[in-house]
Amino acid sequence: MPKHDTPLLDQLESGPWPSFVTDLKRQAKTKDQCWDILGQVELSYKDRVTHWKHGGIVGVFGYGGGVIGRYSDVPAKFPGVAHFHTVRVNQPSSKFYSTKCLLDVIEMWDRRGSGMFNMHGSTGDMVLLGTTTDQLEDIFWELTHNMNMDLGGSGGNLRTPSCCLGRARCEWGCYDTQAACHNITNTYQDELHRPAFPYKFKIKFSGCPNDCVAAIARSDFAVIGTWRDDIRIDQAAVAKYVSGEYVPNGGAHAGRDWGKFDIKAEVIDLCPTGCMSMEGGQLKIDNAECTRCMHCLNAMPRALRPGKDQGATILIGAKAPILEGAQIATMIVPFIKMEGEFEEMKALVEKCWDWWMEEGKNRERIGESIQRIGLPTFLKIMGVEPLPQHTKEPRSNPYVFWKDEEVEGGFDRDVKAFRQRHAM
Amino acid sequence: MGYDPANPLKDRITDIGPPHYEQFFPPVIKKNYGKWLYHEIVKPGVLKHVAESGDECYTARVACARLISGELMRDYCKIADDHCDGFLRFTTRNNVEFMVDNAAKVQPLLDALAKHGQMPVGGTGAGVTNIVHTQGWVHCHTPATDASGVVKAVMDELFPYFTSMTLPAQVRVALACCLNMCGAVHCSDIAILGVHRKPPMIDHERIGGVCEIPLAIAACPLGAIKPKTEELESGEKVKSVTVNNDKCMFCGNCYTMCPAMPLADPEGDGIAILVGGKISNRRSTPKFSKLVIPFLPNNPPRWPETVAAVKGILEVYAKDAKKYERVGEWAERIGWERFYEKCNIPFSDKSIDDYRLAYDTWRTTTQFKFTSHIK
Ligand code: HEM
Ligand code: HEM
Ligand code: HEM
Ligand code: HEM
Ligand code: SF4
Ligand code: SF4
Ligand code: SF4
Ligand code: SF4
Repeated sequence: MPKHDTPLLDQLESGPWPSFVTDLKRQAKTKDQCWDILGQVELSYKDRVTHWKHGGIVGVFGYGGGVIGRYSDVPAKFPGVAHFHTVRVNQPSSKFYSTKCLLDVIEMWDRRGSGMFNMHGSTGDMVLLGTTTDQLEDIFWELTHNMNMDLGGSGGNLRTPSCCLGRARCEWGCYDTQAACHNITNTYQDELHRPAFPYKFKIKFSGCPNDCVAAIARSDFAVIGTWRDDIRIDQAAVAKYVSGEYVPNGGAHAGRDWGKFDIKAEVIDLCPTGCMSMEGGQLKIDNAECTRCMHCLNAMPRALRPGKDQGATILIGAKAPILEGAQIATMIVPFIKMEGEFEEMKALVEKCWDWWMEEGKNRERIGESIQRIGLPTFLKIMGVEPLPQHTKEPRSNPYVFWKDEEVEGGFDRDVKAFRQRHAM
Repeated sequence: MGYDPANPLKDRITDIGPPHYEQFFPPVIKKNYGKWLYHEIVKPGVLKHVAESGDECYTARVACARLISGELMRDYCKIADDHCDGFLRFTTRNNVEFMVDNAAKVQPLLDALAKHGQMPVGGTGAGVTNIVHTQGWVHCHTPATDASGVVKAVMDELFPYFTSMTLPAQVRVALACCLNMCGAVHCSDIAILGVHRKPPMIDHERIGGVCEIPLAIAACPLGAIKPKTEELESGEKVKSVTVNNDKCMFCGNCYTMCPAMPLADPEGDGIAILVGGKISNRRSTPKFSKLVIPFLPNNPPRWPETVAAVKGILEVYAKDAKKYERVGEWAERIGWERFYEKCNIPFSDKSIDDYRLAYDTWRTTTQFKFTSHIK
């Protein structure tokens, strides 16, 4: 029996896309508070505003994040969701699971929460949606003792890092994204669980410039795989693409007639640097001119592979618009090796933090701090030589901030001596 | 055994981090880790990866609402147990992936998914995959629109593009229910963004009790909030604030810092549409999405205006763009003035940037097209 009428939400049960309404109703058969979610969301559909109150500070002992307080502003109508906190559980690298692991979490969440999940939150965590304060310590106990799992981050701290699946099932992973993500997450547990930063700090790992986890748009510190030697070419496979034996672009286009694959029109002429050519039936790449955009590799995955001297480019400072406007991350370090315990990368992360914890203003993302002090100063802090690669084009204003020590004779001059030569 | 409130620190385990990923790999993934040669999309929603060893991994990608029940997750687990050695994975864009190690196992897996009814297969290649989105009215306090309902309405309509690969390139749709953009929609081919249009109200009676007034003032990026002494109905004088409505850009940052400054409103709130962003470095560099429709009303449960706008842009793009061209690359090639014309989107002063760095987007050349806009 429905506990609340939901005529508006009911209209979202039809159609081919999986319906969260149908799903909630199914869960509501055993979890009464799911009826109250449905009831409250129905009220929001009617009123066209949210009925959740501003959060409150809740958590587990010793952690400064990982739980987000959530209270209904109509608790009398929907007592099941009067208190309805979120628990963020740190996902395993690139979100593979065994059914055993998931079933254990589901069983626990049936007992201690609403039974509803977000798989996953935008940052990457497994999100357990809806519980009460008195359950939190028990949930944490069961997660750590019985499931070998831990909470993720929220607040002014390192947010739960995330990665693409890379080498697990992709031919383009230029470093081991999952190992890096796991290693960094474990190395920085304190930074993850005990907020001490001016604001959030996100690290994301993509294995190649296709950037499947959107590191360049969504992370303060983006680690994007690349290579610095030559693209590996299998000429026999190129010939098979040309002859039509292999389907281009990994078969990503189907069901529409785009004409026969034309290597000149679809690959060589679309290369942004114009560094490819066909000579005597052989594909040639002037690798020194290639900017590793991935187009040709994506178009002919069986013929072309990234080079063997692989590593990552570090880009820093992406963020959403609040406050100063959105930012895409800025290229800071063109190439590092991502090997061993990822020391080279950790040294860079720690340099960022040391400076930003000192100089960053409250609620200022590192990308904004960098804008404030300027890229040249930030490069100095990071110990990185300025390179033409750091800019898209030369600056167009002449307002160079020369420093005293950089100008012959320095800034200190004698105005009296000047006056003796130049009358007013 | 279990948590003992009388002795909270006894046997406490902390800072163990996530479980190690490797234990969750299907055997074929574990065996061929780092040794994959190439991939091919066999048909919409089904990927084939081939390793140096000759081993094959077939993946079926399944749509998921993201907001899901334990009951539905049990169904996923049952299918993974029956077909996939007890393993599965979730993607960055909230899809579920089921993997098998042999071509013969694909059809039985697809049959089981089809039989379930809530597990459509698709989201690969030159199509529309799942919408990355946020919480909305289901679980957040600052939204200007819902998330799950809008996503459901839009994807019901775009469903044919989820199960096919007939577009010029992949199209990434994202939704964030307020300017905070938890979902980071600012680099998407098509972004649906919840926006407020009314400045905050000020609850003078409560503000002193629930807010640090200097923090609320500092929260405003535009300096629109000033301290003010206010006389309550009781005659009592209290410290409060005043908002210069002309300066307000409706970002909600003040409400974030101070619950006594709510700005949500049924008429004021709605949806803006941004287009042309991308993340991948393929061919052109990553781009921001650009705001092309400043406001559409909240019209639950199916948001017909938003659905029509998204579908309209997508279909014009599908017809007009060249193979491999992303939405933003297409719009730049034809020119944004032509984009407005072709997509039949009205242009107004709201579409001209007047925030910081606005000048970057003004035209500073004699090169433009004579579209129908010039009378
Ligand atoms: C006290 C303030 C804030 C809180 C409590 C907060 C909380 C959150 C939460 C809960 C998420 C979703 C994480 C998840 O479930 O996956 C998130 C994501 C995000 N937040 Fe915030 N946030 C805050 C401020 C901001 C600000 C000021 C910005 C932008 C400047 C921002 C940008 C983002 C972005 C871009 C995401 C999504 C990015 C991603 O998923 O990688 N947040 N935030
Ligand atoms: C102290 C600062 C400056 C002084 C004293 C100065 C002075 C002058 C003078 C005397 C002329 C020649 C005008 C004529 O003979 O018709 C000129 C031309 C010009 N200035 Fe400046 N200028 C200054 C800064 C700038 C700056 C900062 C810019 C641009 C960012 C600029 C842009 C120009 C341009 C575009 C012209 C015209 C050049 C042409 O004839 O093609 N000036 N300026
Ligand atoms: C701090 C900035 C500037 C200062 C201090 C400055 C100063 C001067 C002075 C003192 C003169 C008169 C020179 C003379 O004939 O004796 C002059 C002329 C001129 N300035 Fe500037 N200027 C500045 C910026 C600019 C800029 C930005 C421009 C152009 C974009 C500019 C364009 C001109 C032109 C065209 C003249 C010549 C006017 C004429 O001969 O009729 N100035 N400037
Ligand atoms: C002081 C300011 C903020 C507070 C107190 C706050 C609080 C919250 C809370 C309580 C949630 C709900 C999570 C849940 O219950 O599941 C949430 C979700 C979220 N917040 Fe915020 N938030 C703030 C600012 C921001 C900002 C500025 C951003 C982004 C730039 C942001 C991004 C997100 C995202 C993305 C989610 C949902 C994540 C998801 O559904 O995946 N928040 N926030
Ligand atoms: S980012 Fe590159 S390596 Fe990682 S999954 Fe995507 S294409 Fe593969
Ligand atoms: S990766 Fe991009 S730049 Fe390099 S050769 Fe291929 S298409 Fe050209
Ligand atoms: S985008 Fe805004 S409204 Fe939506 S979940 Fe994030 S903070 Fe809440
Ligand atoms: S909504 Fe934004 S701009 Fe308006 S008063 Fe609040 S903080 Fe300032």
